[in-house]
Amino acid sequence: MNLLIKNGRIIDPTQKLDQTCDLLIEKGKIKEIGKNLVTTAGVKSIDASGCYVTPGLIDMHVHLRDPGLEYKEDIVSGTKSAVAGGFTSVCCMPNTKPAIDNKAVASYIINKTKAEGFCNVFPVGAITQGSKGESLAEMGELKESGCVAVSDDGHPVKSSELMRRALQYAAGIGIPLITHAEDLDLVGAGMMNEGFTSTELGLKGIPRVAEDIATSRDVLLAEYTGAPIHIAHVSTLGSVQIIREAKARGVKVTCETAPHYFTLTDDAVRGYNTNAKMNPPLREAADVAAIKAGLQDGTIDCIATDHAPHHLDEKDVEFDAAMNGIVGLETSLPLSLKLVSDGVLTLAQLVEKMSCNPSKILSLGRGTLVVGAIADITVIDPAMEWVVDADKLASKSKNSPFIGWKMLGGARCVIVAGKVVDSRS
Amino acid sequence: MSFRHKHIIALRDLSKDDIEQLLNTAESMREINNREIKKVPTLRGKTIINLFYESSTRTRTSFEIAGKRLSADTVNIAPSNSSATKGETLADTALNLLAMKPDIIVMRHAVSGSHYFLAEKVNCSIINAGDGAHEHPSQGLLDMLTIKDKFGRLDGLKVAIVGDITHSRVARSNIQGLTKLGSSIFLAGPPTMIPPGVERLGNVTVCATMKEAIQDADVVMMLRIQQERQGKTLMPNAREYSRYFGLNPQNLQYARPDAMVMHPGPINRGVEMSSYVVDGSQSHILKQVENGVAVRMAMLYHVCGGTAVE
Repeated sequence: MNLLIKNGRIIDPTQKLDQTCDLLIEKGKIKEIGKNLVTTAGVKSIDASGCYVTPGLIDMHVHLRDPGLEYKEDIVSGTKSAVAGGFTSVCCMPNTKPAIDNKAVASYIINKTKAEGFCNVFPVGAITQGSKGESLAEMGELKESGCVAVSDDGHPVKSSELMRRALQYAAGIGIPLITHAEDLDLVGAGMMNEGFTSTELGLKGIPRVAEDIATSRDVLLAEYTGAPIHIAHVSTLGSVQIIREAKARGVKVTCETAPHYFTLTDDAVRGYNTNAKMNPPLREAADVAAIKAGLQDGTIDCIATDHAPHHLDEKDVEFDAAMNGIVGLETSLPLSLKLVSDGVLTLAQLVEKMSCNPSKILSLGRGTLVVGAIADITVIDPAMEWVVDADKLASKSKNSPFIGWKMLGGARCVIVAGKVVDSRS
Repeated sequence: MSFRHKHIIALRDLSKDDIEQLLNTAESMREINNREIKKVPTLRGKTIINLFYESSTRTRTSFEIAGKRLSADTVNIAPSNSSATKGETLADTALNLLAMKPDIIVMRHAVSGSHYFLAEKVNCSIINAGDGAHEHPSQGLLDMLTIKDKFGRLDGLKVAIVGDITHSRVARSNIQGLTKLGSSIFLAGPPTMIPPGVERLGNVTVCATMKEAIQDADVVMMLRIQQERQGKTLMPNAREYSRYFGLNPQNLQYARPDAMVMHPGPINRGVEMSSYVVDGSQSHILKQVENGVAVRMAMLYHVCGGTAVE
């Protein structure tokens, strides 16, 4: 079926386009962009007046918990949540049970998505077998079976030698490597960012240098091996500086941050709020400022949510016993749009970080509205006012620090391969 | 003026007035403890559960005696003989206890902030008998009462606290309470045991040496050094610790001649304090224990809505 999106502000940084006009989709591909395109018989039309029409948003870092942890989330609920948040594609991390360290699990995810998913799901395979940090996973077969990257997210590769070899091996295969950069010795039994708040609350701290050291190590290994590397969920001022300097030296490093790292500080933990507990932890005002500066000057390439659903029973407990992580898919867009209204990013930069760059880094063949491209499109209503209501989240899990927040902006319409997706069905 | 708090979880949550009221009530309670018949009917018919997830002799006994002297029915539960060993969650344990309609749960728990979590789940009063490295309000109050006994005031005093501040809930409660009552706090300890930003917790100065902290101090409060921290990353061993941060008759001379020496117990004799100081004339350690009962009586009394002592 064909589709005509009328009168939207079409923003596509890949062709430096920012223009209010129409966009025609034919057979799942972008057919034409122009003024006053006419509706012919059999073409459904969408009025996008007052809305932004952008390449479909891509969240390159989510946990869908499927297979194995479906009580938290599964491919159906996770992709519903993605679409509700305006995403047309998500990349799911391999810390499932079993881990995505072999073709069977990767194929399961791809097949289940094809059958029941609401948007595109690109699996990320493990760097090491079982993400145990001992021996390399079968990265070649993982790539062939559809994995778009490898990562031991949540279980940083401790051995520098193994990380060096993983980088070399992945580069040889041509699969991007995403690192969760934390020095686990320094993380220890830490529960939150180490600083005044942790001192006052009597909670064991995680020093920022735990992230900085690991970022530094992984950047240096990438530089030494000449392999590309992508740093996940950057949260500290130090990491931003290390990555900025590395980029200036020509190291093939890219990185992402998450909306909570530019929206919240560790003050959110006060009251022992387990929905403000995540890894890496929420930091301090200076870090938030550095993250914003890094987004602005291009040091930080992507915004990804690290969507980490957990069951109520895993969060409604004493602080130390609570699991790390928060859901993020449905709040990412308005929190990121705030960067535009606050003057941190231009609209084009935002679209780059939420669509073009993730696609480019992971070679997803999306993130663009050029004629002929797959018609993954998000229609964003920047004036949509809404309140985050736990009962209305499409995700199975409700572990968000933003419950009750007033949000401005949301997805009016999500189009995947030319079809309007209704996540409520 | 009435005490409006249903729970006592942290001295951080209490005002200067609240703390003064608790201390005044404790002074009145002390009279009961000196009677031949040490019992008043104030909390008759009230049920108090002492739920101790961490071992304790002093604090648990003190709360139990405090409850009994006010005629409350007190029940003690320790993790070794409770459902915790069977995997029951804290919330479920609390809800089950609540079904038996206690008026107060006095809890000690290893997780900082667990009392706030509990307070959201139950409708009885919660008193914190120590949570992780967060607070130990009854200890803070009894320390303050002991200091007030000696000096007749708390404002304008120099209080040195020496030891592992990072892991000390006693230090945090004292910093919160003493700051509100006008004392100045000087901390000393190995830098590995001084938490970041601690100066901002109150009227706190971090000192480079123990000498600097106790110089002209009115109060020298020594913290217990956890034996299990020896030989790990925070300190080489007890011998070296004692050399730089142990209190002995020689370095005690830097303090004011009438300075009082305190310790929340249990003491490692010869590590953080030499026996000469523990048993010396400036030691108020047993006085602290004695005041513990009166302070805990006052806490139980006020969370039950008490306004005047019978």
